[in-house]
Amino acid sequence: MAEKQEILEGAMAVAHAVARCRPEVIAAYPITPQTHISEELSQIVADGELDAEFVKVESEFGAASVILGASATGVRTYTATSSQGLLLMSEVLWNIAGMRLPVVLACANRSISAPLSIWCDHQDAEAIRDCGIIQFYAEDNQEACDQHLIAYKVAEDRRVLLPVMVNLDGFLLTHVFEPTILPDQQLADRYLPPYEAVLKLDPANPATFGAFTEPDKCMEGRWMVHDACMRSLPVIEEASAEFEKVFGRPSGGLLEEYKSRDAETILIAKGSLCGTIKDVVDEMREEGTKVGLLRIKTYRPWPTEAVLKAVSGAKQIAVIERGASFGAGGVMTPEVKETLYDAGMQTPVSGFCVQLGGREVPPDGIREIVDRVASGEKQTAYEYFRLKTEILPELVPGA
Amino acid sequence: MEFDYRDRVLVPGYTSCLGCGEAMAMRIVAQAAGKNTIFTSCTGCSEIFTSRYPTSSWAAPWIHSLFENSAAVASGVYYALKHRGKLEGVNVIGTGGDGGTADIGIGCLSGALERGDDILYCCWDNEAYMNTGIQRSSLTPFYAATTTSPAGKASWGNDRPKKDIPAIVAAHNIPYVGVGSCGYYRELPRMVKKALSYRGPKYLQIHSVCPAGWRSDPSQTAVIARLAFETGCYPLYEIIEGETKPHKPPKEGWKHVEEYLKPQGRFRHLFRAEGGEGQIVRIQALAGANIRKFYGDDAVPDFAKEAEKKAEEMAEEQEAEATA
Ligand SMILES: Cc1ncc(C[n+]2csc(CCOP(=O)(O)OP(=O)(O)O)c2C)c(N)n1
Ligand code: SF4
Ligand SMILES: [Mg+2]
Repeated sequence: MAEKQEILEGAMAVAHAVARCRPEVIAAYPITPQTHISEELSQIVADGELDAEFVKVESEFGAASVILGASATGVRTYTATSSQGLLLMSEVLWNIAGMRLPVVLACANRSISAPLSIWCDHQDAEAIRDCGIIQFYAEDNQEACDQHLIAYKVAEDRRVLLPVMVNLDGFLLTHVFEPTILPDQQLADRYLPPYEAVLKLDPANPATFGAFTEPDKCMEGRWMVHDACMRSLPVIEEASAEFEKVFGRPSGGLLEEYKSRDAETILIAKGSLCGTIKDVVDEMREEGTKVGLLRIKTYRPWPTEAVLKAVSGAKQIAVIERGASFGAGGVMTPEVKETLYDAGMQTPVSGFCVQLGGREVPPDGIREIVDRVASGEKQTAYEYFRLKTEILPELVPGA
Repeated sequence: MEFDYRDRVLVPGYTSCLGCGEAMAMRIVAQAAGKNTIFTSCTGCSEIFTSRYPTSSWAAPWIHSLFENSAAVASGVYYALKHRGKLEGVNVIGTGGDGGTADIGIGCLSGALERGDDILYCCWDNEAYMNTGIQRSSLTPFYAATTTSPAGKASWGNDRPKKDIPAIVAAHNIPYVGVGSCGYYRELPRMVKKALSYRGPKYLQIHSVCPAGWRSDPSQTAVIARLAFETGCYPLYEIIEGETKPHKPPKEGWKHVEEYLKPQGRFRHLFRAEGGEGQIVRIQALAGANIRKFYGDDAVPDFAKEAEKKAEEMAEEQEAEATA
């Protein structure tokens, strides 16, 4: 069946894709740049196009908690947020993952205050990196939509039962109009049958959720979250393959290898930045530079083996991030290094924070990074790329 | 006498302290609501003493998520049941301690009430954060000593009166607000059933004696709970569709607050430290005001009126000193 392309704003497209997943309870709270997703979902419900409960909560903390209760009662749930909202949710999100509830949410990635900024970077999602939520990153709006369907498929898979978060870059995707194919409802229904929980709050079969454990058992409970996360790797690949079968076009997956098979220099990145990087790769390839991109689509669980396979031929690697770990280095950069180190490889890895808080990353910046690492420049510390030292105030007053 | 526990909703074997009023209240509420109820819980004593993995004291579905979100989790349960058309005959009861309800969880509670979610929320009011070792909450009574509002040379204990949560809750225009007590255990099932007979959000707060935190004799839990009411320290009432219905006044008349304070270690400093007795006047004055609020001026006993006058004078003196 041919599905038709429409010119849609990213957030709108996501809302309609989510509606076709038929979530039963939705709870969300306004925050830029996520807001259009929840506004549009409210409208879809108000128009009677989706039979769902849209719960008007008093905060993101409330949103996540309502979703938790609803999911534990055995229904399909959805929420979306950004930045401060995600951080306010974070205590609940850790709990959702620990309780193995297959919640799906979107994060319209935005910088964290202070200084206050509504623009894009990945520090919000990375702040909850370790909680056991599966994290997808979209490069464009089509992928953001498709990843929502795959997210439900993976989350609800009985081998997994974990929350999944789809990351789409704030403004860069949420507010950009692109030709997008919304999933056909019949196909979506075929791909995602109604959700039936393994265990739920049900008077006919009473169960206790959220008990407390003594030290002799707690670690095992926590390890099971890790284990489920790791088990999701092949499930994500299966769910993506099935997506292609049902919808007739590929989407999802763990990562994308873009002209990287024979590349000497491999760039690693995630999110919409990869669009810019691909343009630079194309140009430099034409100029004869052997450069390629490894795009991380599934960031948690970290696809160690797939990454290793993809970069094993590289002479040097540059990780390009929209994140940082203040007081240490990058976020994804050390993960790439760990992957290589554990495999006994010595490939030099450089890490660059190309922006925080929405600054544009021009193609010539990517080009500069490629040139520098390809020339054999050795990095000694994670680099805040093109930091404007001239606008910094006196760093240590009086020193 | 043999007991048959098969019909119990909160099954014996939980690990509360001896004489725990919170356990009493919970047991009664659970039994009155019945097994067709889904319970949500805040972090706190009640959660810890009923859900030590791999055991559970709950014969009904029960979920604990965090300290401050029990009301929102209950809302989520409610919307899920509503969506699947499974609300008929099923109660959703959110629960939490005074800390989880009146302090850190008040946002989620207010949200659920304001939305009109069809849930009953029960607060076990033992007047402090007991699970973490008796710290002060906004429901800790005036001059009670806790580990974060200790008595000392420069302190008579907690220096603020209780936050009026029932009034705050009632301001959400909900059909039922009840304030009960573990000491009036025969009243509680009626209150629970009354509450559950209404659609929409309901709130029930239950004064729950905590022998460990109040430093009281575990065998005297019910007696102390009743003294809280009989002295005017803890008024019991219902607000049903906006109309306030106070509990019938004590048969033998209102008692002096000392009778309530004396058996509790948390007020011991008032009887031991120099000048303490004089400070009890302030508690008596608060109790007098409570009695007036629910039963009218004529009901306020003379000793309470005197205390109110004295407390006022004390306040004026203090102010004069402060401005001098
Ligand atoms: C966000 C958060 N802050 C603090 C705590 C620690 N904590 C757990 S239970 C509790 C006190 C509970 O007091 P209350 O709600 O009155 O219940 P009680 O134990 O007295 O029954 C505290 C402070 C926590 N679990 N979560
Ligand atoms: S500390 Fe108090 S509330 Fe907690 S179990 Fe003991 S008596 Fe009950
Ligand atoms: Mg308490």
